[in-house]
Amino acid sequence: MALNEIQRKIIEEVADLHKVPIGAYNFRIDGKTESRNTTANIDIRSKADGSGIDIYILPGTKNESVHIPVVLSKSGLKETVYNDFFVGEGSDVTIVAGCGIDNCGNQDSQHDGIHRFFVEKDAKVRYVEKHYGSGDGMGKRILNPVTEVYLKEGSHMEMEMAQIKGVDSTERSTIAELKKGASLIVRERLMTHGSQTAISSYKVKLMEDGANADVVSRSVARDDSCQKFDACIAGYAPCKGHTECDSIIMDNGTILAVPSLEARHVDAALVHEAAIGKIAGEQLIKLMTLGLTEKEAEEEIINGFLS
Amino acid sequence: MLELKNIFFSIRSEDGSSKDIIRDLSLTVKDNTFTVITGPNGSGKTTLAKLIAGIEKPTKGQILLDGKDITEAGITERAKAGIGFAFQAPVRFKGITVYDLLRIASGKRITPAAACDYLSEVGLCARDYINREANASLSGGEMKRIEIATVLARQSRFSVFDEPEAGIDLWSFQNLIRVFRSMREKISDSSMIIISHQERILEIADEIAVIANGKIEKHGKREEIFPTLIGTEAAQDACARLK
Repeated sequence: MALNEIQRKIIEEVADLHKVPIGAYNFRIDGKTESRNTTANIDIRSKADGSGIDIYILPGTKNESVHIPVVLSKSGLKETVYNDFFVGEGSDVTIVAGCGIDNCGNQDSQHDGIHRFFVEKDAKVRYVEKHYGSGDGMGKRILNPVTEVYLKEGSHMEMEMAQIKGVDSTERSTIAELKKGASLIVRERLMTHGSQTAISSYKVKLMEDGANADVVSRSVARDDSCQKFDACIAGYAPCKGHTECDSIIMDNGTILAVPSLEARHVDAALVHEAAIGKIAGEQLIKLMTLGLTEKEAEEEIINGFLS
Repeated sequence: MLELKNIFFSIRSEDGSSKDIIRDLSLTVKDNTFTVITGPNGSGKTTLAKLIAGIEKPTKGQILLDGKDITEAGITERAKAGIGFAFQAPVRFKGITVYDLLRIASGKRITPAAACDYLSEVGLCARDYINREANASLSGGEMKRIEIATVLARQSRFSVFDEPEAGIDLWSFQNLIRVFRSMREKISDSSMIIISHQERILEIADEIAVIANGKIEKHGKREEIFPTLIGTEAAQDACARLK
């Protein structure tokens, strides 16, 4: 696979990859599949209409991983990609999907990834998604991911989603439906700066007995950036749901947190929490007494908060 | 040597009038000594500690560290010059681990093993704590000991501990005394200033300074000062409130 410096840097940022990964992968660079590998248990096929890929994970596949990084390094590229994951019964896999945009030109670059996960009975999935932007062109770097998760009986999915730098505009939408005893954990980390905007919305439906979801977002809004977090957990059966939005606001940032709950069963135990505040003065002072400057103290607090 | 010369500190109250918290206070802390500053509540002890660390600036007066005027130096500058400070109410952080705090305090990339040594010194089992977040999940006593460990990790020449016993339970207090005793024994080329009115801490001091109404009322060797304090608010035993 021939990658230039910028492409290689983006792959490192979004997928923590320094070389070609072991296991199944599909590298999408500037709108085309650049490289692909399948394994005995994991198959990746292009959709017939060319709109994306289907990933098939055989039942019982254990300790395998799938990497599907996307890189946009040309200005003015806009694409919508549909990726469907079929995760077989009883399997246990890690899926790493990141997208990075480098835009040095004056036209907007945009990647809208629509990911659907069909997770079969008792399967476990760890999903990691990182977004990253670089380049000093006037053109915007735009990412609008849509994630749909369907969890069958006893299955479990853990989602780590991070967008720390360089994405000008993002509108993320995540919906999930959980069957009997299924569980979903979401850890979202977001930092916006400059005049960026980020909207993240969740709708998690706990459909059957014993389903449970924990959706936690931590975010930092700096400069003149703007964020909205909108999370709704709905309980249709005896279930447990928790959503939390914890934000640090700085400079002239704006943060709107709209956690909501929808109980449709008397035994649906649902909780939401939201807190927005600036960095506490005493936290800065403590780290300064340990020898850090105010600026360094601020960076440590933010790094820790988003780690 | 740390010298406070004719320090005044006043605050402006809501009605606009100014109130002196510290009035013409002078104090010299010699090298290699364990000094306890005591006095009744509201006498200005915590303010004095904050003035030394640079968290507050005196309205008037001078602070010298080894003869160098640090009155105008900020918190970071004083920390770098060798002043350590343990908060009365330790600050908690979301996402910053105990290891992170010890790494920041030591000012370099320390190994987890080195970090563990500091925790062991304050009587915490390192393995259980090193990767824990220094957040609200830790008890007051645990945070207090971690706070002390961060000050140890700085290896400051002058460390100020503001009421280390405040807000901890009796069991933790016993341990804390042990920690200070061991720190006292290992004191070498450094000085410790403890703000406290606990008899047990006063007992291990080299020198005791008594502060009242924002001034140093007495200052001298433990043997001279301690007997005069027994039974007063400046020297309480750990269970004073139960009596």
